Amino acid sequence: MKPVHHILQELRPEADFKASDDFVSDGLLDSFDVVTLVSELEENYGVSIAGTDILPENFRDIQAIDGLLKKYGVHQ
Amino acid sequence: MKLLFENCAISGLLSVVPQNERNFVDEMANFNFPASRSLKLKQVMGYDRHRIVDGEVCVSDLVQAGLRHLFLQGLLVPDEIDALILITQTPDYPMPPTSNVIQGKLGLKTDLLCMDINQGCAGFLIGLMEAFLLLQQSNIGKVVVANADVLSRKVSPRDRNSYPLIGDAASIAIVERSPNSGPIPMCLKMDGARSSALCIPAGGMKNPSSPATAEMTEDQDGNFRCLDNLVMDGAAVFNFVQVEVPPMVEELLAQAGTTTEGIDAFFFHQPNRFMLQKLAQALRVPEEKMPMNVVEYFGNSSGVTIPVAIAHNFRDRLLRGSMRTCLAGFGVGLTWASMLLTLGPLQFCELIEFA
Repeated sequence: MKPVHHILQELRPEADFKASDDFVSDGLLDSFDVVTLVSELEENYGVSIAGTDILPENFRDIQAIDGLLKKYGVHQ
Repeated sequence: MKLLFENCAISGLLSVVPQNERNFVDEMANFNFPASRSLKLKQVMGYDRHRIVDGEVCVSDLVQAGLRHLFLQGLLVPDEIDALILITQTPDYPMPPTSNVIQGKLGLKTDLLCMDINQGCAGFLIGLMEAFLLLQQSNIGKVVVANADVLSRKVSPRDRNSYPLIGDAASIAIVERSPNSGPIPMCLKMDGARSSALCIPAGGMKNPSSPATAEMTEDQDGNFRCLDNLVMDGAAVFNFVQVEVPPMVEELLAQAGTTTEGIDAFFFHQPNRFMLQKLAQALRVPEEKMPMNVVEYFGNSSGVTIPVAIAHNFRDRLLRGSMRTCLAGFGVGLTWASMLLTLGPLQFCELIEFA
């Protein structure tokens, strides 16, 4: 399984995720990138993320994404 | 709001889509995004082809084409129409109502109620609701519910958030009294406090169109649009749909004393495949019971996606027999509505092209 930061970098190769403390408000992930990211996370980790969990705050940084995945039993 | 109707049914259903078909891959160069990002989005959202009008085709053109087709085929007799309801967000003019324009162009009788309703993705259900209410009048026996939009004319071709999914289309549902058709429960909710999530900021009296409102600007995501264009807060709309729609549908099913197993098909508005997959998951509905291919083949034509989904996926079955269906529409307003309805056997269920 790919780590989350690899998935992010594949999605936005030009973006510097390490320099951002909020991927969404810093413009690294727009709402459509979030949808694509959810699809990649679901495929990679074999989970199904509920639509009600697809909120900007769950994708603002690596910790938030890890926290969301933990909710679905994925521990990295 | 819970509503209940009885003794009414859709007797025939026609959808009209423009012959002009555009391809997402061909349009990717218009968007200010790398091709790889757009292609991933295509895969997830189901973008592929969409039907949009060519030139200055109006809602009245699509609806007239549909009605003329029904007249010519002998599927509808003009003088039998007692009410013509048109649900649209893209009328031909601010005034008069486009339904009156259609009445005049087709030479329909003057003893006819024409009514425009400004509604979007829940518009097909709002139109049916209005038809059911009108059929309580003994003088009204046949209602034409026309739902049509040409929103491609209001979306910037450089807006990757909206343009790839937009579609133009019209539908015509014939609604009549039908004893023994069973109860039709409906659930309807609206929230104008969130109306800015889906809007066209300019072009009305509040902010008339001008050279300034036609000026293209780039948003923070890299899309170019002007104030005369449709703008959608994608994250807010997605969250609204996922939070509000499943509980509404569950409430409707409970009201009717049934469950998802008791429903043959879920004909939901078709914003994109991803959103529908998430709704199906939330409601534990198998995907084969919920068509989600309209954006892929035709584009999102607001409320018209429901009749397009019906005709494209279940035409033959509905000509032969009946199905217990759950309809749901959600979008501009914000408005969200759902309805349980027995559909079929239909006198006609067609999808035709407008050339």
